[in-house]
Amino acid sequence: MKLKSTLENYLFILPAVAIFSIFYIYPFYATFNLGLRSWDGVSAVSQFVGLRNFKEIIFQSRFWWPSIGHAAYITLIALTLQNALALALAMACDRQIKLGNFYRLIFFIPPVLSEVVVGLVWKWIYNGDYGLLNHWLTNLGLAHLARAWLSDPQTALTCVAIIHSWKGFGWGFIILLAGLQTIPRQLYEASRVDGANGWQRFWHVTIPLMIPVFVLVSILTILGSMQAFVLVLTMTGGSPALGTSVPVSRILHSMRGSLRFGYACAQGIIFGLTLVVISVIQIRISKKMKQA
Amino acid sequence: MNSESLKYKSKSFTTGVLINLLLLLIAAACVFPLVWMFGSSLKTQGSVFSDMSLIPRVLHWENYYRAWTEGNFGTYFLNSVIYTVCVVGGIVLISSLAAYAFSRLQFPGKNFFFYMFLAAMMIPLPGSFVPLYVLMERLHLRNTPQGYILCLINVGLSLSIFLLKTFFDRMPKDLEDAARIDGCSKLGIWWNVALPLARPALAVIVIFNSLNVWNEYILALILFDDARFMPLQVGLATFHGEFVTQYHLLMAGVTIAVIPILLIYIFMQKHIVKGLTAGAVVG
Repeated sequence: MKLKSTLENYLFILPAVAIFSIFYIYPFYATFNLGLRSWDGVSAVSQFVGLRNFKEIIFQSRFWWPSIGHAAYITLIALTLQNALALALAMACDRQIKLGNFYRLIFFIPPVLSEVVVGLVWKWIYNGDYGLLNHWLTNLGLAHLARAWLSDPQTALTCVAIIHSWKGFGWGFIILLAGLQTIPRQLYEASRVDGANGWQRFWHVTIPLMIPVFVLVSILTILGSMQAFVLVLTMTGGSPALGTSVPVSRILHSMRGSLRFGYACAQGIIFGLTLVVISVIQIRISKKMKQA
Repeated sequence: MNSESLKYKSKSFTTGVLINLLLLLIAAACVFPLVWMFGSSLKTQGSVFSDMSLIPRVLHWENYYRAWTEGNFGTYFLNSVIYTVCVVGGIVLISSLAAYAFSRLQFPGKNFFFYMFLAAMMIPLPGSFVPLYVLMERLHLRNTPQGYILCLINVGLSLSIFLLKTFFDRMPKDLEDAARIDGCSKLGIWWNVALPLARPALAVIVIFNSLNVWNEYILALILFDDARFMPLQVGLATFHGEFVTQYHLLMAGVTIAVIPILLIYIFMQKHIVKGLTAGAVVG
């Protein structure tokens, strides 16, 4: 009777565990297995090559580390520009929460759109020949600034990074606003009575209380921005001259372009470990800051 | 009123105006590309590259008919709807069964299995589409709607189980106990008592996952060769690659892809925000 009941209980989690095992655990294992092999994705047999894929990526590939650099650049812009904007807007809405609800509705439109949609619309606005941006610049008498934004190596990556931040700031805004709302109003009042001005209140009341939220937002920004690639794929496809390629687009290229499945998996492992290391370091730092 | 407080007042008034200007400007920057997209979708191939007005004088609504039929967006749209309904339905059933068991039922290894799902949310697995492609090929599920649907159910499973389990944990057990005394089976209690009570959490899960499935791109890109199975996001990219100059039809297609999302978003705003913040806190 007891045994039957326990078995019955397992049936509740069976579908979830089955799907999870097939579509998460097996691919996880397969990534590590394939990473040690050389395989074109078609042949019946693959060849065991040990750590050769890893060595080649780390020491020989001309494109791997630059692609990490590009992702890091996009992430840096997201961390600074996007999060600063999100914080400024959240603080502006903090005192007038009715207005805040309206702006929250608007600011959160870009995050619910797909990266393909966002990429296609902005790609056209940036277009060198027919784009709206150049048209406006010309009308403003700034024709000398007009250029093919996404095929110019000097501007392409920054343009993509800005759109990435455009798409993401509304999300940071919501989390930061929710965080600001939890700060007791009396603290602001008390510091005002003590004669603190706006900046002092910001540095000594808002910032210290918001550190856990900042840590959360920055970890998620880093993980999200480092792995962003559909936007890049849609806007530039990695061009010009791979100047906007990012790690995940390199993985996709190893798989579909060069038909090197093992190499692609090894890239995935290296990149995944990089991300884990970054998050662990960040969590460590934030814990130290809390103790201090 | 002394001059000091007057100065303070006027200063705070100016900052107030400046702050609101900034807010309005950013809000305009959020909406503007959508207006541009919509306006362009109503131009002709001749005017789409030269007419820089936001909304053209003559509105060519027939572009939507042409995108829907010639541009194949009718098929893509239908596929996206089917995938979204199937995946979200699957996630709701499977995750609520599991979450109910994790919250209410006893069995050995319960914590192990629950933490397994939790861990999956924390470990980043970039490029997981490579082994998934291989797996689908081996199972002969590549380039089939079923294969794509199963992959996406798995993507949404962990977070949904976590959200529902936390919700069940906080739900009072009285009604379930009453149902049990009345002789209701466990499955019956899950379906008749627990699920209806969990409606607020289910709403979050339905909307959050709908957005994810509707916007999914990379798995659809690598799993489908056949245009008749492709969802909207891949359809858009394909159309863009094939008809580079048909920007008015492309923008009509983009609008078709955006409208359902905007409608869901505007009507279900509260749930989406809840889901995303909850998802963020876990992730």
